[in-house]
Amino acid sequence: MTGIDVALEGIEGPAGRMVEPLSFGIAPAASLALIGESGSGKTLTAKSLVGLLPPGFRAAGTLRVDGREHRLEQTDASWRAVRGREVSLLLQDPFTSLSPVHRCGPQIAWTLEAKAGRRLPARELEAEVARRLAEVNLPARVARAHPHELSGGMRQRVAIAAALASDPRLLIADEPTTALDASNQAEILDLLRELQHERGMAMLLISHDLGLVRGRTDEVLVMRHGEVVERGDTARVLSAPEHQYTKALIAADPALALDAAVPAEASGHSEASAAGASTDASDAPPLVRAAGVVKRFGERTVLGGVDLDIAAGEIVGIVGESGSGKSTLARCIAGLEREDGGTIAFDGAMLAPGRRSRTPGQMQIVFQDPYSSLNPMMTIGQILREALAVGGRAAAEVPGLLETVGLPADAAAKRPAQLSGGQRQRVAIARALAPRPRLLICDESVSALDVQVQAQILELLGWLREELGVAILFISHDLAVVRRIADTVTVVWQGRVVERGPCARVLDAPVEEYTKLLVAAAHRDRPPRHDHTHSHDHSTDGRTIPA
Amino acid sequence: MTETLPTARAPRLRPIGRMLAVRVLGTLAILFVLSIVVFSMLHLAPGDLVKTLLGTRPASPEAVAAIREQYHLDDPLPVQYLRWLGGVLTGDFGQSIRLQTSVADAIGSRLGLTLALCGLAFVAAIGTGIPLGVQSAVRAGGVLDRIGTALGVIGLSAPTFAVGLLLLYVFAYYLPIFPVYGGGRGPLDTLYHLILPAITLAAGLGAIVLKLTRTAMLRELDADYVTSARARGIPEGRVRRLALRNAAIPIVTGASLLLTFLVGGTVLAETTYALPGLGTLLQDSVLFKDLAVVQALTLLVSLVIAVIALLADLAYLLLDPRVRAKGGTA
Repeated sequence: MTGIDVALEGIEGPAGRMVEPLSFGIAPAASLALIGESGSGKTLTAKSLVGLLPPGFRAAGTLRVDGREHRLEQTDASWRAVRGREVSLLLQDPFTSLSPVHRCGPQIAWTLEAKAGRRLPARELEAEVARRLAEVNLPARVARAHPHELSGGMRQRVAIAAALASDPRLLIADEPTTALDASNQAEILDLLRELQHERGMAMLLISHDLGLVRGRTDEVLVMRHGEVVERGDTARVLSAPEHQYTKALIAADPALALDAAVPAEASGHSEASAAGASTDASDAPPLVRAAGVVKRFGERTVLGGVDLDIAAGEIVGIVGESGSGKSTLARCIAGLEREDGGTIAFDGAMLAPGRRSRTPGQMQIVFQDPYSSLNPMMTIGQILREALAVGGRAAAEVPGLLETVGLPADAAAKRPAQLSGGQRQRVAIARALAPRPRLLICDESVSALDVQVQAQILELLGWLREELGVAILFISHDLAVVRRIADTVTVVWQGRVVERGPCARVLDAPVEEYTKLLVAAAHRDRPPRHDHTHSHDHSTDGRTIPA
Repeated sequence: MTETLPTARAPRLRPIGRMLAVRVLGTLAILFVLSIVVFSMLHLAPGDLVKTLLGTRPASPEAVAAIREQYHLDDPLPVQYLRWLGGVLTGDFGQSIRLQTSVADAIGSRLGLTLALCGLAFVAAIGTGIPLGVQSAVRAGGVLDRIGTALGVIGLSAPTFAVGLLLLYVFAYYLPIFPVYGGGRGPLDTLYHLILPAITLAAGLGAIVLKLTRTAMLRELDADYVTSARARGIPEGRVRRLALRNAAIPIVTGASLLLTFLVGGTVLAETTYALPGLGTLLQDSVLFKDLAVVQALTLLVSLVIAVIALLADLAYLLLDPRVRAKGGTA
């Protein structure tokens, strides 16, 4: 018999049972998606199949590859027969899954040699590495490059080439595109699909994103709290989910907002001028006006004269791929980078480059990764008191601040490690709000979060704008997320503004070629759904799921 | 795809060249400032300068006049400094009052022994610290790790002279395997005489290397690229080499700083084992207020430390392609 058969009898962790018994099969060239939020046990399940569970975790069960049986509880030495040859693992983050100090060629070559079980002649290796690179649509000279010289998409291609160099029968892809831009995501997934068919290789795709899975996998397994809550044909699960949890997952998917747009509504918007970011006719200057901002890093021009207006209480989205300059623009506005040219005015007054000319009450930043932006040694209370002191407010306001961002008062005594990712990002937002800023800069602030938590944080940001009147500069590579929250959107490409205007107009009826490409990539990534889920009110659904 | 690859390698070398030039110039500037400090030692030393320079000779007016003449003490200070600096640059550090030879000879005859001692100790420390650290990290929490940690604590906390005395007592007196003192004659005999002192010096050093290696390796073994390599079926030996190559960056930086620690350590080790090296020379010269020798040694030590720091920067460039790309500004 061919194909993959997994009969997992369970995974035990230091805190008890993490994954309940489950079983699945994948035919050659077929693919199965394992969906769930973080902590659902999907990654543990994947790692148990290559014997790489973290210390303290133990799996029991069998893995059958084309009839060859492997026990999951075997020791390290015997895993060598499985790893690479039978199963290979592709990790989420191409920025960390390749060794930074080695060139890409050798990293692929090691897998080749590991499979051969001996050293191979240099000439032979070089030719084979070039062939493997060509398979993932990369030129042979990439072999000479260090990972840091490549873009995220290229790195992930190198990682794929390295993972597949041992010609495994099963590829486990653990959130392989989460760290990538929308346009890269689709390319990588399609590439994987193609390679799978060429090789007759089975794939286990692990994701928290249901939209990503649509049209790309044959079957779906939805996991929650270590248990499979729903399984079946991908199209069936997505169009007619049975379990409450699956329904909630689908509803929380921001792609819904992207798809839900009615063309008629969009045409109404498109009457607004293309440069209508600040079409409000009032004489008052915008809260922030950046004009002709130029920034160079060495000889590379990252921003080539960018204009941006943010009105008070407005949510302005900036979209673009990584390297487009969108974060640099935000950092210039915040004073974290010094612009080389152009002007930035706040409330009509010019701001000199750098942090010294800005006050905490003007603007605050919420960063992408809530795991590294909070000091792990401080309690939440200490973090917030520090921020309050910066804004000249009393320490007694900590509970009120926590309440604003929807956290219980007893969170103040905890440290960041005791909170979930979503809760941490709430703390980061509370910290940013402490000096009562008039502008909140969110730099990919929801990108690292699960879809459901993402939905909740977006809801919180919208609420903060309504309640506190704070303006938000929202930077993201994810069009669907921006679509959901921003009033106007500015598309940035290679350090220049390509298109701007009301959110619905730009994203539904883009004028510029590049914007069309971005929107198309986002749609390809999340093919439109055509079913009853439209009627869902995501905000209420989002709330039924604990963060 | 819109991404571009760095094709030309030449432009990447330019920032490295610039960075090197900046570092070398900086090192020269530091040495210049140090030379002024070292020169002023003569004048800042407590007591009468002439008496110090006379040493044990009787302070007759003729002798005093001769000394003032010999050291040009009546010239303005800047002139004295420039004359002294000129001498230093041509290898003339003056006369040692205590040894009645030229300082260059006094140092030259002892330099070899100290270099051999430092070299041996460094090799011993690296040769034991890195493999032990790697093994401790690979089997963290295991028996070897616990032994390594215990050894590390002992090595770190035991003072050099105490370790020296203990080793002397055990391996030279109780079990007379090694000589008790002296530098030996001929290369082999010298090596034999240097074994115990080198071990003494290496104990503290090796402990730090072990700790550094263990910490760096633990972090690297936890990295995604290690998981990814293991999942691809790459043999464990190769995976460890891969992790060690990444861990080399903090290890080398740490180890190069340790070399400077060796310089201080040799004084203690040489004294304990009565070795005729630079350490004992420095100690004796300080006791005898043999200022010319002290000046020369101080300058030598600072030069060595400055060069080591420069080499450490270079090693960093060599080991980390990311720093290379940024021209060492990060």
